Amino acid sequence: MTTVGAIPADALPGRDQPRWWRFTVRLFRTKPLGAAGAVLFLIFLLSGVFAGVLAPYGINETDLTHRLEPPSRQFLLGTDHLGRDLFSRVLMGARLSMIVGFCAAGLATVVSIVIGLLSGYLGGWFDLLTQRLVDAWMTFPDLVLLIVIVSVVGPGITQIVIILGLLYGIAGSRIVRGAVTSVREHVYTHAAQSIGAGTFHILRRHILPNVMPVVIVLFTTRVGAVILSEAALSFLGLGVPPPAPTWGGMLSGDGRTYLYLGPWLALAPGVCLTVVVYSANIFGDALRDLLDPRMRGT
Amino acid sequence: MKTYILRRLLAMAPTLFFASLIVFVSMRIIPGDVIDLMLAQNDVSTSLDREALEAAMGLDQPMATQYLRWAGDALRGDLGQSLWRSTPVAEQIMDRLPVTFELGLLALVVALSVAVPIGILSATRQDSALDYTARSFSLLMLAIPGFWLGTLVMVFPSVWWRWAPALEYTPFLADPIANLSHLIVPAILLGLSMSAITMRMTRTMMLEVMRQDYVRTARAKGLSERAVVVQHALKNGLIPVVTLIGLQAPLLIGGTVVMEQIFVIPGMGQLLLDGVYERDYPVISGVFLVVGVAILLINLLVDLSYGWLDPKVRYG
Repeated sequence: MTTVGAIPADALPGRDQPRWWRFTVRLFRTKPLGAAGAVLFLIFLLSGVFAGVLAPYGINETDLTHRLEPPSRQFLLGTDHLGRDLFSRVLMGARLSMIVGFCAAGLATVVSIVIGLLSGYLGGWFDLLTQRLVDAWMTFPDLVLLIVIVSVVGPGITQIVIILGLLYGIAGSRIVRGAVTSVREHVYTHAAQSIGAGTFHILRRHILPNVMPVVIVLFTTRVGAVILSEAALSFLGLGVPPPAPTWGGMLSGDGRTYLYLGPWLALAPGVCLTVVVYSANIFGDALRDLLDPRMRGT
Repeated sequence: MKTYILRRLLAMAPTLFFASLIVFVSMRIIPGDVIDLMLAQNDVSTSLDREALEAAMGLDQPMATQYLRWAGDALRGDLGQSLWRSTPVAEQIMDRLPVTFELGLLALVVALSVAVPIGILSATRQDSALDYTARSFSLLMLAIPGFWLGTLVMVFPSVWWRWAPALEYTPFLADPIANLSHLIVPAILLGLSMSAITMRMTRTMMLEVMRQDYVRTARAKGLSERAVVVQHALKNGLIPVVTLIGLQAPLLIGGTVVMEQIFVIPGMGQLLLDGVYERDYPVISGVFLVVGVAILLINLLVDLSYGWLDPKVRYG
């Protein structure tokens, strides 16, 4: 006999499955393009993680008898002017891009959360001062700001991650702040304030969980932007210094003159960059549509 | 109107103040003092030289005094001297500014003449094959790195057809044709990558406007579709697009840095990069400050253009 009014657990499809699984199914059903982006991105992520196993040659293993060879069965993407296998280097480039992408976007998200939460929740003169500073910061073109800061702290992977994290973190704090100012006015926040909850408690238990969708979308869309910025910096010789096999660096420096003799060298790094950034962008767009309806179409 | 412009110019002051502070502080926390670098370069490292140099550059003064002096000079248009060349930084910037301005303007023209018509077509034929192609193209353009596209244009035509883009800069006034034939390729590349966002924005805004009552009224009056789109929808749809041009100014200037490097154009971007490679800090801070002022002014111009596009906007 069934109880009147209660819904049996098996009546709602997928109720017994974990939340992330249901979300993934929804992503694939409603946003096939975004899901394709996620899959593509995952492929690059995995090839970065397993680059050491997948790469047939060492990244700095030179072989002067096989210089500037076009793609063949032995060298899948050809070799460069020092006889290094391009396929191995592009794989390692994926690892570097992913490290920079995830670390810098992660740092950026943390910076955005801290500034956004404090500025949006505290308000008053603190908010005013912080926002004027953010204004001043955002006046400058990303690339120009990056170049100027690198000129001060010098190139290197740690520096790049920190600089990119700060740069995108400060800019993204605007978005978190906007979400916080609306959550701040909700009844549950006022209720928490009226029973005497501390600022930190309210921020952690009431505000942060409710701006999480915005934060997740922010992180996803930043990964692509950060990877692109690192590539541009490495291209200008101000990113991760050679001989590290960065996608941007492969198109500049010593190798650049040899592109005319081995045009295939110019293709793989750029194609990889474009595909990674493209897949991160369309996945981010889909995630935004699913998680945060307010930001739809922006 | 005059008071509005004046107020907006005053509102730029705090932003500029903070910007100048960022520049000043970051230039002063450089690891490896500029003085060390200069002494190492000139191979005269006695302590007497060091003190004399510090005094000459005003580095022996307290920080606040240094900042006030630097900011005061900057306000009067004096951005200091290049460390390696004896030309004033302001003079170098004035030489380079028109070049970057021309490149940026050409790119903007390319971007708008691609993005606006395609955006409108995309909106008026929503969900058609053309719409899908245009949207996929704009998403792709957002992901393609400009420096890669520039590299491809340099490498492949020269490998396949023995043709390479011109790389020798001629001032516009000396020979307009030579000047344009050099700048047009980077301008097209830059314009195409800029057109992506503008195209998306134009499409979204046109779609929104096309659903408004006054558009339905215009159609009901029996106007041709062309008149409806051009006279009624377009002007209203383009207002947010104009804002976007202001927002994209930083992107445009960032893009010129890369294109100037690839196509050997002696503009602000190259000045900045040369400054970085040579650690010429007065040049770096000078370029940085001028770029900031330029972007603030562009945004002011964009805001002023609203009044012309949208009579509902009044400046008070």
